[in-house]
Amino acid sequence: MTMLTTELKAEAENLNFYYGSVQALKNINLSVERRKVTALIGPSGCGKTTFLRCFNRMHDLYPHNRYEGRIILYPDKINIISPEIDPIEVRMQISMVFQKPNPFPKSIYENVAYGLRVRGISKKGILDEAVEKSLRGAALWEEVKDRLNSLAVDLSGGQQQRLCIARALATDPRILLFDEPTSALDPTATSKIEELIIELKNEVTIIIVTHNMQQAARVSDYTAFMYLGEIIEFDKTDKIFTAPSSRLTEEYITGRFG
Amino acid sequence: MKRTVSRKIKERIIETGLFLCALSSVFITLSIVVILTYESYGFFKEVSVVEFFTGTTWTPLFAEPKFGILPLVSGTLLITAISLMVALPVGLISAIYLSEYAPHKLRETIKPVLELLAAVPTVVYGYFALLFLTPLLQKILPDLSGFNAISPGIIMGVMIVPYVSSVSEDAMKAVPMYIREGSYAMGATKLQTAFKVVIPSAFSGIAAAFIMGISRAIGETMVVAIAAGMMPNFTINPMEPVQTLTSYIVQVSLGDVPHGTIEYKTIFAAGMVLFLMTLFFNIIGFWLRKRIREAY
Amino acid sequence: MQNIEHRAQSTDIKKRIALNKLWDYIFLATGLVSTLAGLVLLFALMTNLFIDGSQRLSYKFLTAFPSRFPEEAGILSAWVGTFLLMLVTAFAAIPLGVAAGIYLEEYAGKNWLTDIIEINIANLAGVPSIIYGLLALGMFVYFFKFGESVLTGGLALALLILPMVIMATREAIRAIPNSIREASYALGATKWQTVWWHIIPYSTGGILTGIIIGLSRAIGETAPIITVGALTFIAFLPAAPVSAEFPFISFKWLFDPFTVMPIQIFNWVSRPQQGFHINAAAAGIVLLCMTLFMNAAAIYIRYKFRKRIKW
Repeated sequence: MTMLTTELKAEAENLNFYYGSVQALKNINLSVERRKVTALIGPSGCGKTTFLRCFNRMHDLYPHNRYEGRIILYPDKINIISPEIDPIEVRMQISMVFQKPNPFPKSIYENVAYGLRVRGISKKGILDEAVEKSLRGAALWEEVKDRLNSLAVDLSGGQQQRLCIARALATDPRILLFDEPTSALDPTATSKIEELIIELKNEVTIIIVTHNMQQAARVSDYTAFMYLGEIIEFDKTDKIFTAPSSRLTEEYITGRFG
Repeated sequence: MKRTVSRKIKERIIETGLFLCALSSVFITLSIVVILTYESYGFFKEVSVVEFFTGTTWTPLFAEPKFGILPLVSGTLLITAISLMVALPVGLISAIYLSEYAPHKLRETIKPVLELLAAVPTVVYGYFALLFLTPLLQKILPDLSGFNAISPGIIMGVMIVPYVSSVSEDAMKAVPMYIREGSYAMGATKLQTAFKVVIPSAFSGIAAAFIMGISRAIGETMVVAIAAGMMPNFTINPMEPVQTLTSYIVQVSLGDVPHGTIEYKTIFAAGMVLFLMTLFFNIIGFWLRKRIREAY
Repeated sequence: MQNIEHRAQSTDIKKRIALNKLWDYIFLATGLVSTLAGLVLLFALMTNLFIDGSQRLSYKFLTAFPSRFPEEAGILSAWVGTFLLMLVTAFAAIPLGVAAGIYLEEYAGKNWLTDIIEINIANLAGVPSIIYGLLALGMFVYFFKFGESVLTGGLALALLILPMVIMATREAIRAIPNSIREASYALGATKWQTVWWHIIPYSTGGILTGIIIGLSRAIGETAPIITVGALTFIAFLPAAPVSAEFPFISFKWLFDPFTVMPIQIFNWVSRPQQGFHINAAAAGIVLLCMTLFMNAAAIYIRYKFRKRIKW
């Protein structure tokens, strides 16, 4: 496996997105590097979550949504938003962690095993192994290993969110999407998740939406600043936060609007 | 100043009046309990409780009356069971379809029509059971008697479907979308999401719908009175005529039974058993629905 | 991680997706079929009823009394009875139910008494209708000595639909945003003024819908009416409520014996002769038209008011 630092994982090309007749994303171009964290920031309503949800075709769940342009997934070079590609196939490769922890009303074990069961895997050995590995990956194993069969909703908010991360990891995704994963959590739980994200990028490519600029600065390698459905600036995180080239970006990161 | 006082008094009077109206509903329940208890008490002064609950013959209108309630209870349960075999699966499946699959427009069209199904008078359903379904079933099952349990059971099931389906659907709709998204994001299909995530999340509500269905089936009267025959029959054979608690009450009420006689009291004793059975299910249903409200 | 190993199975994954989707489609078909099955069945039954009964539907059928001869029998006493009964039911259930609903939504505090009332209403809605018949038999027929009369029957049905009216009222009131109340109080209105000038007018649509659906249920109810001893064979009408002589209005009809549509149907369907089955079907069509018309009206009103009022 080559460890080129500039290896691409995904690339959005001239991406437009419409909710009915409302255009929510305008001509987005962005490349996502393999095993790096790419952060999407911007004021609310700027389209960052909309953009993130294009990557695993969540918009296909609702009627009247329309994509234009391409999102190329490497190394296969397939356009994952093409109508010929089944959204389910895309979602099986690109997992997502949501704003609000959303564990299923099942045991901790079954939550993590869910993706594998959906894929028809039911051999206990394989599931056991995947559950342990994913829970370790999400830094939750030590806390729950003695109560894998208790209900997931009984966990604390931060634990629930790490469980959701474990659930997303269990299927070995190519890209892991985070949609404001800490907005519902307290500071302690937040810093745990942030540490985890930094840890995880050794194994998986990550795109994270956050409204918290410090968080973007702490965890990401690249940052895209979005405004009114467009990418205003996309660069290395250090650069964005120390010497932004756009005045709009500067105003946003210095807290003058948003 | 004086105006404020008189205004306050007026407000007070109105509030008290409204309160009494609300309280009247409690008096209805109390009256039901008092009347059923009072007349049943009179009944049990003449009939032993043991005979009533263990006897397998119910012939209170005969010259030598026997007062074993079991045939009526078994008839009630038999018909209830048949109707649930229709209503629960069909109701649940159509609820899943409406909540998870149906396009918005279709759902908004179908739901009022399903409500209309619930509005058809039960006596008309009775007509269907006796004069439409029974002859139809007799073509397949030549041994089927003209009055039987299976035909009113099936029709009652159809009658209950809208209740089961609409309450279950409400419960599934109450499951927040972000829980479903968690499942879809893992590559699950609608079916997998419905069965593995939505149904377990809406479990209390669906259970409440089922319980409501059971309670309705137990209390349903006219379909059974018309199509099941009026024969207290201690059997589980759906091909035979049976009598339920409700249709017994109808049978007695149709005749001229003088106030205060033992026959008169039997309908209150049967009513008491019926009331307690439905009360049991209603309480479970109420508790389950309360649990959903607390969950989200 | 064992990425490569996993990816090697991507054809397996594709097969799995195809299988999952196949099941999805199978269920989609099952769901559509079972949802439509009820509607199709309803349609089949209606057709059956219509074919059976339409031959007997005529002006004469509507204006004749019951008879021993099916061809001469009609439903005059039945529909007049149903109409009078609905008058009593509406007069008793609407004010009581709406008032109770208003109290519970606008006045009631959070205390044990309110809890009891609420649990009680939920439970009443689940009590079988025939139990209301027994209640009416014990209370109105024998305790208050109203006899087996229009009044007794109407009150029995009023008790039956009371929970529905209360719940519909509460739901309609709950849909009114709090800002409306605050606006009214801010202008110095008392609670009752707020209720009278704002809450009741704005919730009329919802309340009306609930009342009509309640009455449409009452109109088809048979069991409690049989229990209170309505006669199945009535060849006369209750006393007229208005007359040419002083005092012009009479309430004697309240205490007259009666029959209603569903009982007439029940009576005819229970007879062995084919001729009476045709009568039952014909009367069934009339009754069904009444209830469906009321329900359609309710749906229309709900739609109309929903469009008219926008918060």
